[in-house]
Amino acid sequence: MAVKYRTPEITPPLMRDMYVTMVRIRIFEEHVAELITAGEIKTPCHLYIGQEAIATGVCAALGKGDLVWGGHRSHGHYLAKGGDLRALMAELYGKSTGCSRGRGGSMHLFAKEVGILGTVPLVAATIPLAVGGGLASKLRGDGTVSVSFFGDGATDEGHFHESLNLAALYRLPVVFVCENNFYSSHMPLLQHRAEDNIYKAAEAQGMPGLPLDGNDIEIVYRAAAEAINRAQAGEGPTLLECRTYRWRGHVGPSWDMDVGVKRKDELQEWMSRDPIARARARLFEHGATQSDLEQIERTVKEEVEESVAFARQSPYPEKREMSDYVFCPMEESS
Amino acid sequence: MRKLSYAEAIREAHAQLLAADQRVFLLGQGLWSPWYAGTSLKDIDKEFGRHRVLDSPVSENATTGAAVGAALAGMRPIVFHPRMDFMLLAVDPIVNQAANWSYMFGGQLNVPVVIRAVINRGGEQAAQHSQALHAFFMHVPGLKVVMPSTPFDAKGLLIAAVRDGNPVMYIDDRWLYEETGDVPEEMYSVPIGTGVVRREGKDVTIVATSYLARQAEKAAEILARDDVNAELIDLRSISPWDEELVCSSVRKTGRLVVADGGWESCGIAAEITATVAGKVFEYLRAPIIRVGLPNSPAPMSRPLEEAYYPNTRTVVTVVQKVLAITEKI
Repeated sequence: MAVKYRTPEITPPLMRDMYVTMVRIRIFEEHVAELITAGEIKTPCHLYIGQEAIATGVCAALGKGDLVWGGHRSHGHYLAKGGDLRALMAELYGKSTGCSRGRGGSMHLFAKEVGILGTVPLVAATIPLAVGGGLASKLRGDGTVSVSFFGDGATDEGHFHESLNLAALYRLPVVFVCENNFYSSHMPLLQHRAEDNIYKAAEAQGMPGLPLDGNDIEIVYRAAAEAINRAQAGEGPTLLECRTYRWRGHVGPSWDMDVGVKRKDELQEWMSRDPIARARARLFEHGATQSDLEQIERTVKEEVEESVAFARQSPYPEKREMSDYVFCPMEESS
Repeated sequence: MRKLSYAEAIREAHAQLLAADQRVFLLGQGLWSPWYAGTSLKDIDKEFGRHRVLDSPVSENATTGAAVGAALAGMRPIVFHPRMDFMLLAVDPIVNQAANWSYMFGGQLNVPVVIRAVINRGGEQAAQHSQALHAFFMHVPGLKVVMPSTPFDAKGLLIAAVRDGNPVMYIDDRWLYEETGDVPEEMYSVPIGTGVVRREGKDVTIVATSYLARQAEKAAEILARDDVNAELIDLRSISPWDEELVCSSVRKTGRLVVADGGWESCGIAAEITATVAGKVFEYLRAPIIRVGLPNSPAPMSRPLEEAYYPNTRTVVTVVQKVLAITEKI
């Protein structure tokens, strides 16, 4: 078993890479918001804007062979783990060149080549699947880690509690990453939970649980690296409660000002804690210049615009393919 | 040929699969217990180690989800539910996840998970320890469902299920565990989706599943004494099921009785009846009649329980009724 321990040190090149990833997610999502408004993208999209540091920081600490599982708001997880951006855009257009061949849309993303084994919208559904990924790793002894991304709403499901116990009981290499964005769909946190204490579920299940600033890429990266190292060392799972904020609405491009009594004030406060602005400030400390950063944005915009062109010109799946893939064609013969 | 009981045949299939393929492992409730699985998994943990035979907490959802996740990650798990009733707590990973995964990601990976569910009823266990819920799962695209009735099929279908590469629900029945029959020692597969003619006949087709297939065999023997030659088809696999075998038999006999141990409403027999009526209506010489459970939960008290479950006598009576109707037409 080749275990590669992550250093918690964040070098300037790593910081720059993570910044680029966050900018890619932000610009991708802002384009998607516009394309929804324009009526070009119809599949329900749950935008990741504001939460970029979490997917980016965790995935930067993972290797290519490590597994990632997500939920309905997973464009960011897909991009941060290295999923192909063009295939994601094409999927949102329902095209056969999409990452799920036009069968999944925004809520069902897949990129096996980089370890995205699936993001699905049944709330909490992939938490036990991630435990299974950890179980496979332990049985094979291959040193891979399985990461489950889910929101605060998912912690209300039985899946979450059963899965934490099972992973702790079998000491599986799993990292549970809760992105607490303070809303479960339309419900503010304290309307769907009695207490603001998600991380404490870990202690009862026999694993470390940490609340952390999910808008600080450095904090997220270091906590993830430590949790991944623990998992690989056979010390079992960790729960990270990354506290963040969903800038846009639950679904679609709106800002959801009508949900929650404090949403407008909260939003301004959280926008002042923009994870990308904070990372940018750090890059300036490392000696980056304004023109460096503008160049990054220009490059990303070109990439995203090219992906839109690719998606538009890609073909839809054929009607005759309706029932293809109900069963996988890759059956093994007996 | 060597004889094994149904339970011994299931155990042998597990043992051979575990020995042949390091990706195979077992997860579920009662795997280290002497009684949850009867003799169908006796000492399997001692033989293969508890790292590959994982007894689990009472967490049907997480264990089934973990089995699905491990399958997606390349393993060949068999997740065990010693009572089907409890498996309802795991419907999300079975129906929403395992069954949809191939389709919704465009066939880019398979989900080689076997979900083993046991029908365990009778003995005054009442409503929540008695249910035969296989028809629920037959409804779902992307999920295969098998129900062996003989020791030979019990072994061959489990091996086929693990090798299939798609999610397969394997349903065995505690009332069959003591049945004995010929079982080859080597590993072999029984093809999923194929039924088998257990007895040839020309007067009426009986299509039956699992425990009722064995009861129907006895019923056919009784009917033969009155010169009624029933053709008996044991479905073995309920999703997909062998439409061609059933339809070709009905073309020959013109009469059909479907016997299944689930509730009649929206059950297997309803599906088979509709298919036969749609495909070979012109051959039918009598209405199709079902043998199944009344639309009531399983009772407890012994006299009610005895009346609740169909048996050999029920099948005989229904076949005679179908024949009597034909004479009147």
